[in-house]
Amino acid sequence: MHNRIKIKADSINFFYNKVQALKNINIDILEKQVTAIIGPSGCGKSTFIRLLNRMDELVPHTSITGKIYIDDVDIFHTSADPVEIRKRVGMVFQKPNPFPKSIFENVSYGLKINGIKDKSFIEEKVEMSLKKAALWSEVKDRLHESALKLSGGQQQRLCIARCLAVQTEAILFDEPCASLDPISTAKIEELILELKKEYTIVIVTHNMQQAARSSDYTAFFLLGELIEFGKTQDIFTKPNDSKTEAYITGRFG
Amino acid sequence: MTSIKEKIYKWIFATLAFSSLVFLIGIIIVLFKEGMPIFKEVTAFKFIFGKSWYPTYSEPEFGILPLILGSIWVTLGAIFICVPLGVGSALYLHELAGHKQRAILKPIIEILASIPSVVFGFFGMVIVTPFIQKLFHLPTGLCALNGSLILGIMATPTVCSLAEDALSYVPKSFREASFAVGANRWQTLTQVVMPAAGSGIATAIILGMSRAIGETMTVLMVTGGAAVMPHSYLEPVRPMTAAIAAEMGEAPMGGSHYHALFAIALILFLVTLVFNIIAEIISRRFRIKLGLSG
Repeated sequence: MHNRIKIKADSINFFYNKVQALKNINIDILEKQVTAIIGPSGCGKSTFIRLLNRMDELVPHTSITGKIYIDDVDIFHTSADPVEIRKRVGMVFQKPNPFPKSIFENVSYGLKINGIKDKSFIEEKVEMSLKKAALWSEVKDRLHESALKLSGGQQQRLCIARCLAVQTEAILFDEPCASLDPISTAKIEELILELKKEYTIVIVTHNMQQAARSSDYTAFFLLGELIEFGKTQDIFTKPNDSKTEAYITGRFG
Repeated sequence: MTSIKEKIYKWIFATLAFSSLVFLIGIIIVLFKEGMPIFKEVTAFKFIFGKSWYPTYSEPEFGILPLILGSIWVTLGAIFICVPLGVGSALYLHELAGHKQRAILKPIIEILASIPSVVFGFFGMVIVTPFIQKLFHLPTGLCALNGSLILGIMATPTVCSLAEDALSYVPKSFREASFAVGANRWQTLTQVVMPAAGSGIATAIILGMSRAIGETMTVLMVTGGAAVMPHSYLEPVRPMTAAIAAEMGEAPMGGSHYHALFAIALILFLVTLVFNIIAEIISRRFRIKLGLSG
């Protein structure tokens, strides 16, 4: 593996009010690889992934120590603009969250707020993003219908397309299949493997098989600590830590 | 035994629940019964579009256009006050205020709604009237503007409270999605939250209007009471509600004047009914649009 480090977490501690949710997390996330974060509920995995594009700021009364670098740029530095960071690093959420607008408007939203007005450019970009998200063939004849008419799996792929239209570097998936059926889940997983050719991907998941199937690296979190981090193959076949083993073999969680 | 008991309970509560329907129908019947006879003396067209309201002259004239326009002017003026105040404070409460500020501000705004309208009227007479009189050098400060100001303030809590509800119905996930593609707060507010809450806010405004147009005591006290065609916000007007309240006491029961006042009440009732139905339709669509239960 000769991929360079895209995102680096350096001694991250995170607090909700006074409760420590993350304890001294250090992870190097490699470019154009899929990194899965697994662990039982409440282990801090969603908290962690939200730090990577500063979505944590939407929640009041939190504090953080340590640093996160994206391409060697400290994203918590006072000069860093969270809006700029989120344009580079997108996020797909647990529940599909399309806007109550048309399919087209959902995908073009990110472009419009970035001040792009060129109509043909926007159209091209929307088509490209929907194609990349493997949704184009299903929606190309009804781009101007409400996005809420789509099925759950289609909505989630639409949300991915919405990211792809803007974000160029990395996409964070926060349990993207939590509310989807197995077929839709399989489609999203396929998509993730496809997207990894161009993007750095981090995926939080409850689903061990999903991590095993679709990731290159896996991090196991427990009670706010990073217990083990390594190649997915190694984590699932010969974990170093007995707690990792206990979790992946289904003895708790 | 228990099944009989249950049936009795069911009937008791059903009766209570349907009693408001009985009152509503009763009121509608009375309004029609007492209001319709006036149309034997004047045509409906002349009644609504007639420009002179002289109900007590020996040759009485029953044209209520001045009263209708009085109501419309005062209500429109009130909208200019209560929409910016109400929607603005809702946006502030919802988007910018911290938890502590919210906890203090919201109840205060709601207390404003619980002040009796006669107190607002009193405030208008004692404070606002001399102020307007001095500011514009008028013979009297009792005028349409005064009514609009006070009604606007009175409708503000309604608008604010309902608009704030509409904003809070917008799922958090919409905001997150917007931020996640690099939108800033302002863009998220204007392009995602406001459009999503838009019809809810429209409902808030319509219900605020409905409150303003039906308000009686305040307009009776501060609008000056002149039943003439309004020409300026600085002149006295007599809205429909004020006319009914002021004249009902002196109108001989069963006479034309009496029936005319009931007909005004009927029109007023129909107008507010339409407002409320529109508000209900919009708010239902709004809930469906956001994927909430209809």
